[in-house]
This record gives sequence, C-alpha cells and structure tokens, in this order.
Amino acid sequence: MAEIVSLAEGVGRLVHDGDVVALEGFTHLIPHAAGQEIIRQRRRDLTLVRMTPDIVYDQLIGAGCARKLIFSWGGNPGVGSLHRFRDAVQNGWPVPLEIEEHSHAGMANRYVAGASGLPFAVLRGYSGTDLPKHTDTIKQITCPFTGEQLAAVPALNPDVSIIHAQRADRAGNVQIWGLVGVQKEAVLAAKRSLVTVEEVVDELEPVAGQTILPSWAVTCVAEVPHGAHPSYAQGYYDRDNAYYEHWDSIGRKRDSFEDWLRAKVFDMEVTEK
Amino acid sequence: MTATTEAQQAYTSDEMMSIAAARVLGNGQRCFVGIGLPSTAANLARRTHAPDLVLIYESGTLGSKPDRLPASIGDGILAETADAVISVPEVFNYWLQPGRIDVGFLGAAQLDKFGNINTTVIGDDYANPKVRLPGAGGAPEIAASCREVFVVVRQSKRSFVDKVDFVTSVGHGSGKGDRERLGLRGAGPTLVITDLGILRPDPETSELVLSQLHEGVEVEQVREATGWDLKVSPQLSRTEAPTEAELATLRALKEAGK
Repeated sequence: MAEIVSLAEGVGRLVHDGDVVALEGFTHLIPHAAGQEIIRQRRRDLTLVRMTPDIVYDQLIGAGCARKLIFSWGGNPGVGSLHRFRDAVQNGWPVPLEIEEHSHAGMANRYVAGASGLPFAVLRGYSGTDLPKHTDTIKQITCPFTGEQLAAVPALNPDVSIIHAQRADRAGNVQIWGLVGVQKEAVLAAKRSLVTVEEVVDELEPVAGQTILPSWAVTCVAEVPHGAHPSYAQGYYDRDNAYYEHWDSIGRKRDSFEDWLRAKVFDMEVTEK
Repeated sequence: MTATTEAQQAYTSDEMMSIAAARVLGNGQRCFVGIGLPSTAANLARRTHAPDLVLIYESGTLGSKPDRLPASIGDGILAETADAVISVPEVFNYWLQPGRIDVGFLGAAQLDKFGNINTTVIGDDYANPKVRLPGAGGAPEIAASCREVFVVVRQSKRSFVDKVDFVTSVGHGSGKGDRERLGLRGAGPTLVITDLGILRPDPETSELVLSQLHEGVEVEQVREATGWDLKVSPQLSRTEAPTEAELATLRALKEAGK
C-alpha cells in the first residue's frame, strides 16, 4: 500500500545518488516541485529519463544532478531551446552529460515493455534515420512470423518514477485525468514510485476519462499543491505559458540560472502541510 | 517581406505560408499536427474550408477543436475539445503506426533536396555539435507512417541544404525507391510549403523541385534561398494571394492564442 509522506521524505527515501530516475508528464502534470526537491537534496550522478526533458530537467541538469539523459525531445515547448541542456551537451557545464536519444514512439514503447515485464519492445520505427548510429539501444529485429525487419528497443525500468496527479485518497489510491501521457507506464515500469498530488481527499469522486493507480501499485504519495507549476493540472490551474517564456531568460545564462537556483530552490523552505 | 493583394491589403510572407499550408489540407482528412507553423495552418484550415479536418496531437488528443492557437502540444484546450483523450503509447501504436492517419504535418530546422528532415544537431559531429537542437520527438514515425507528409518551413540557404547534417526523419532518403527499400509505408513528403512557394518531389527522381510561387515572389529569389541547385517545374504555377476571409481568420486565431 502507498504510504502518504511529505515531499522531502518521499524524495529522501526513494531517490538515491546514481539512480535511474524518470519524472513523467507530457506537458500536463509535470512534477516540477519534486524535481526541485531532488535538486535541494543535492542528488548526484542520476540517469534522468523523460520523453520531453522540459524545464524540469533543464533545472536538474543545470544544477549538476545528472550524468546521463535518456530522452526524445529536448526543447522548451512553444518557446525554443533548453539552454542548460544545450550548455551541458555542447560545453559539459556544470558536468558532462551523456545522452541516449530516441523518438517518442521508441520511448513510449520502452516504458510499455518495462510496465509489461518484457525485456524489449518492437515497433516500426527509426528506419533510415541516423539515430541508430548513435544510440545503441536501437536494434533491428526480424519478425519470426513474417520476416519483416522491425526496430527493437529495450525496456525502461527506472529505479524510481515520479509523476504528479490531481488527487489521491487517504489510502493512497491515485486519480488522474486529462492528458495522461506515459505516466501509468512509467510508474508500473519502475522499481519504486512517488506520486505528488494536488490534494489528498477522503473520497475520490469519479471524473470522466480518469485513470486510477491503485494504492498497491504506488510506493509513496505526497500532497504538493501547485506541484506541477509552470505545467498545469487540469481541473486545478492552467499552464503558466508566461513562465515558460520567462524561463528562457533565466536558463540562458549560467549566472542568472545560479541566482535562480539559490533564490528559488536552496533558500526556499519546503512547503508541506 | 510584405506583398500587396489586389484589394490593397498587406500581408506578411509568414501569413502567406500559413494560408498556403492550410489550403492543401482537405476537409475530413485525419492530420497529425506538429506544434508551431503546422499547428497554425491546420487550425486555420479547420476554421475556413475544412471544418471536419481531424486534428491529432502527439500529446494524446484525437479530434481536437481549439478555438484559439494552442500554446504547446499539450495545451489543455486540445484535451478539453477532443473527441477522445488517449495515452501517448496509444497515439503512436494504435493510431499512427498502422497507417490510420492521412497527413503528417511537420516543421523542420533543416531540410534537404530529398525532403529529409534534421531536428537533432547542426554540424558534422554528433558528439560535439555546433548547435544542439531539440531532437526527434514524434517526427521520425510520423514521417514514416502517415500516408503522406506536408512540411511547413521558412526557406533560407541555411535551412534548405543539399544534405542534412543528421537524418532525424526520412523524406525520400537518397532518392527514388529509398522509402520502399527502407520499409517506410507512407508516401513521405509530397509537399513542402515555404514562405516563398511550394516544392514537390519530382516523380522521376524524388528531388524537391519548385512547383508553385507565392504572389510577388520570383524564381530567382527562391533559388537564392536554397542551398542546392533548385530545379523548377515546367508546370510552375502561382499561389493565389490570401483572401480577406483567410487573413481575418488567421489573425483572429493568433490574437486569441496570445
């Protein structure tokens, strides 16, 4: 059964130096507060996994928490570049960043294989692209029934996956609605999981199109209101598009990023109930 | 650049590009939409001549009907107005991969004469790139599996190159027959819509040739904005200037999306 903990306790217990860590949420429900808590607890040498690194990984990479990134699209959506990610790849700042690069279809299928208890996934993908030349987790496979050539990608089984959801009940059952991305797959593929939620409620009222993650499939739940900001939580708050644009000016320079890191991460008290 | 219509209404070359791109989408087609220029054009088409255009976004929405331009691929309005909201694995595995989608609508950072797209790195050395771009996203499989692909991109010598530095998404590979050889089931890029005109692959060689010029643009201008020796179709035609209704709808969509 999932244990209800504070954010600091959840990250402290579940995320260790050197872990393979996935924070998922496809534009919607990105667990930003959890990402900043990982920075605050000064985790190092993480292998970060995420389809769209977004601002959340720009922050973790700029703070020096990561040694490797497994991803499929590393931009600031609707704005432009992730400057900390680019600085790490192009200049090795603040530490060198190894990258393992896939397509969305490949990443999604890697999570599906991980959640399914399979060693790899099969897809029609990557054929003719330059990605297999640089990414050794893309191989060709021959269909044993038709002889067709297909792509194979290995399962992703993170040490810990972290997602953000709208609600959980006091027993730790998690309720998510709106765009659900690969969050369910990421949690089910992981050895341990932390779900941050907007609120913990007595009873989960059904919502159209909802996904439920039963308490016994989750390790820890932490109540973190506004924990997805500047991403959004459908039914709670909208995406802060202005912040995504503002991030461009913070992330662009090392010193403005370090100022932000000091003021908004290290000097902030953990907000918890 | 600005041109002038017969009605003396000024418009920008970017507006001409979005409108030309919107016009090529047919009513009722199922369209996998990339964010940015493709999304602008697809939403314009749905608000003008193609009200039944089905917009599919990789964030997991089938049949989105936003009344403003979405700010990102996962803008809440796409989910709230969709016929169905689905997971990301389902988007790629159930809807894209089997060939259920008519048109893949993509942008590009760099495009070559065979319509191959680079959104990964600028420079020859992947490990030490001159510029690190965002990467593949959904594009490689969109380019592979949609029945055909339309690319919308501003044309310049920098972006239109003889050979892309990195093949993120395959167009026509190194020429005619390559897609079949690679097992890619869609037809690949059949149209490239730019701020200057429209390019189509030559049926004999699959090399992109200039087939349409936007109002007020001359062939020499397009050749100067192309990094290979651009051939011109013998059936070169002219794009009609934007109508007042197209411009008004485009501007209202953009204004509402701010």
